[in-house]
Amino acid sequence: MIKLLPLILLLLTWLCGSAQTTVSGKVKDAKGRVLAGASIAIKDTYDGGTSDSTGIYRFQTSEKGDQTILVTSIGFKLFEQKINITGNAITVDVLLKEEPSELKAVVITAGSFEASDTKRTTVLNPLDIVTTASANADITAAIKTLPGAQQVGESEGLFVRGGTAQETKVFIDGTLVNNFFFSSVPDIAQRGRFSPFLFKGTVFSSGGYSALYGQALSSALILESIDLPEQTSASLGISTVGLNGGYQKLNKKKTASWGVNYNYTNLIAYFAVIKQRVDNFHTPEFHNGEGNFRIKTSKTGMLKFYGYFNYNQLGVRRADIDSANLKNAFGLTNFNVYANLSYREKLSRNWRVNLGASYSENTDKINNELQNQDNVPQHIVDEPFGGKSFHVQSNGSLSQVKAVFERKFPGLSVLRLGGEYLYFRDKNDFTNQFVPKSRTGTDDHFKAAFAETDIYITNDLAAKIGGRVEHSSQLEKANIAPRLSLAYKLGDKTQASLAYGVFYQKPEKDFYLRNYVYDNLAYTKATHYILNLQKVTKDYTLRFEAFYKKYNELTKTFSTAGTNIIDSVGGGGFGHAKGIEIFWRDRKTFKNFDYWISYSYLDTKRDYLNFPYAIQPNFAANHTASLIVKKFVTKLKTQFNGSYTFASGRPYYNIRYNNSSNKFTIADEGKTIPYHSMSFSVNYLPNIGNQKAKSFAVWVFSVNNVIGNNQIFGYNYSANGMHKEPVVPTAKRFFFLGCFLSFGIDRSDEVINSNL
Amino acid sequence: MKKIITAITFTVLTIAASAQSERYTKAMQTNVASLDTLRSAEGWTTAANAFQRIADAEKTQWLPYYYAALGNIMTGLMQSNPSSGGGGEKLDPLANKAEELLNKAEALNKENSDIYCLKKMIATLRLTVDPMNRYMTYGPIGAEALQKAKALNPENPRVYMLEGQDKFYTPEQFGGSKAEAKTLFELSLKKFETAKPESDIHPHWGKSQVQYFLTQFN
Repeated sequence: MIKLLPLILLLLTWLCGSAQTTVSGKVKDAKGRVLAGASIAIKDTYDGGTSDSTGIYRFQTSEKGDQTILVTSIGFKLFEQKINITGNAITVDVLLKEEPSELKAVVITAGSFEASDTKRTTVLNPLDIVTTASANADITAAIKTLPGAQQVGESEGLFVRGGTAQETKVFIDGTLVNNFFFSSVPDIAQRGRFSPFLFKGTVFSSGGYSALYGQALSSALILESIDLPEQTSASLGISTVGLNGGYQKLNKKKTASWGVNYNYTNLIAYFAVIKQRVDNFHTPEFHNGEGNFRIKTSKTGMLKFYGYFNYNQLGVRRADIDSANLKNAFGLTNFNVYANLSYREKLSRNWRVNLGASYSENTDKINNELQNQDNVPQHIVDEPFGGKSFHVQSNGSLSQVKAVFERKFPGLSVLRLGGEYLYFRDKNDFTNQFVPKSRTGTDDHFKAAFAETDIYITNDLAAKIGGRVEHSSQLEKANIAPRLSLAYKLGDKTQASLAYGVFYQKPEKDFYLRNYVYDNLAYTKATHYILNLQKVTKDYTLRFEAFYKKYNELTKTFSTAGTNIIDSVGGGGFGHAKGIEIFWRDRKTFKNFDYWISYSYLDTKRDYLNFPYAIQPNFAANHTASLIVKKFVTKLKTQFNGSYTFASGRPYYNIRYNNSSNKFTIADEGKTIPYHSMSFSVNYLPNIGNQKAKSFAVWVFSVNNVIGNNQIFGYNYSANGMHKEPVVPTAKRFFFLGCFLSFGIDRSDEVINSNL
Repeated sequence: MKKIITAITFTVLTIAASAQSERYTKAMQTNVASLDTLRSAEGWTTAANAFQRIADAEKTQWLPYYYAALGNIMTGLMQSNPSSGGGGEKLDPLANKAEELLNKAEALNKENSDIYCLKKMIATLRLTVDPMNRYMTYGPIGAEALQKAKALNPENPRVYMLEGQDKFYTPEQFGGSKAEAKTLFELSLKKFETAKPESDIHPHWGKSQVQYFLTQFN
């Protein structure tokens, strides 16, 4: 019994835990900043403490002997230290190392604007696109309010940093979209085909974009489609321009959905009320259907399909520029189908895969007719009228597949590898009184392989290094395009980035379809250098960007016959663009009031097509600025949106073949008046918050160019060059009134919560 | 002798075990009692850390994980700015941490009304970071969790407290209602009077919050 006593005593001492030892110290991070709220614990015991606002902690423990101190704090790596408790006070100072974290790390942003809810770099989010006054729910019209984009009103597309519309390419779920916009109509800009509600994320890159994308000299607009809808719903819409209806079904387990949508657009009623400057002999009429399915194939896998078809017709008649007695009637019938299938899955802990396939086909039938005052077709052989009546049927298709494999490394570093194959097929069938049925065609097997890595040297310094190799069977040439970006975090919310990249784009298909003699055609090439500084807080965003872009091997057109008629093409054109851009968005200064301002300065010249030497192209303005404001008035259940856009005058030229000097020369030039446009829109949500309402309604009213400023986009010249006519919008203002109903899903929540 | 040794050893072990569970109960009692006095983010962080130490030492008790999750959620909510959003770099990691802890609690105690209440609160915390864009995701997640919490235990006063808070903070034009909020808080208070927590360390927090809300209607 005596023998057992010490054992019992020892046990009792242990149970009572008599002697208390004080453990204290200070917690700091690698930069020497004190850390509050860190948890300090003696492993496998209850004993421990929390660091205070000065980083100091202190606690008592009854433990004895060899123990381990564990220190944790969100965003930092675990700190472990062995201590030996003998009864004397112990001091343990702690230095915590930062855990690599996407939230804290620097982001490579040079050149790109992201609009999504998942990324921190968000400048515009998807709802912003719909509520931008001037945009009328057109994605690219909203993008035009960002720095870098030009205000070009006479043709569709994004003209970015001195680049043409063709130099901006649009990608949906990784694959190229060939006919993102409705088919061109002379001097009238067309909208994008796709609804902004299809996409959850938008990246607008005005330069220096990732090696995963190619064949766009200036800019990439990268759209990511939505995954599963939140719930089953039906929708119905009626507006001054048409009707639409749709249904989305989500299964009970929320693992799969399907949906259909149909839109019918007809401007007959609108044109009857709002007088147009052109004679719409066939009112624009659009039939547009969509279908989709989305399947969550596993916890991490997603399969998505989106299919689209469109059939539209329109006819526009204007006075002929060469004769007061004649008119020019342009008729267009368009048929377009687009299908996109994408799949993503996590293959293992570190590997992910993204697969995409898409197919699109577009057919345009254009009938242009010279008519007299009674709209009767005229057959005139003499120039300049001889070639004005014609018929073209063009058909183009694109099939493509793309695969991207992604490997994650410890920290945030990532390697992406992949390839793509695109098959372009284009046919043209042209007839006029001199040329019966001239059929041309061209195709291109285009292949590319790419690799890119994001290397996080620290949380504050990152590099993106990549490149792509491309080959076009049409050009029978390959190229290698390197890309490089660096980003450095200057402060908590401030960072600087640099980007460099080489971008190639094959010459436009039209050069191959017009029976031109071509010789020495090469990839057109642009080299980008971008410097970006930005500060982003929850209340405001300030961005500053400077860029320099050099163009080489732009396509030049020539006339070997010594007339105004182009008959051959070649490379060798060149140019440059440089500028400064500023973006400011503020959600705080004025209560319940959100606004952004963007300003772009652009200095660009190029020698391409038939330009006699390097000149500022007619799609480039030196100064562009936009102000966008949004305010939700809770009492009125109404959101008010306004926008004001300014662009300095753009140059215009009459470039003609000069027979005495045997080359193209500028016969006349000038500058348009500056562009001003103020737009306004109202969204009224009458049954917002009424949970008993079976449907939810959104009323939309908008007016573009409220004040009615005169807008001139450029000039057209008569064949003899003696006469010029301004290119103007088809009406001074554009009005829109619509009501959209949804059943089953309350979109008001999006609006409410943006204003809570 | 052998018998004595066995008896003593057994006694000592029992004492040790009961001392251990007594120690657990005592530590929990002290920390749980402090919850109603917490008024700051720092206070909630300290409580969260204390509960997490207990949780990590015990590993088989769901309550310390539950309270550690609650502490992280409240730390976040105290720092959130529901009117203008933001703070994602701070709040999202807190929500992640809370979720991680709550998952451990749930693994030890499935189908518990109070665990679903915390799921609702985590959804609310994530929502406040960027209400406009996150509502479509976290609104339904939160609503579903709260519904489940109510189904599991219609007598849980915290269910009605959370419902009341939703009604209280939502402007009337959007379906909020101070009157409905008041009714819910009164109902919650009534449930607090009759609620019988399994023990004094089982969830019973929230009464002082409800009382505070009820003073806001005069």
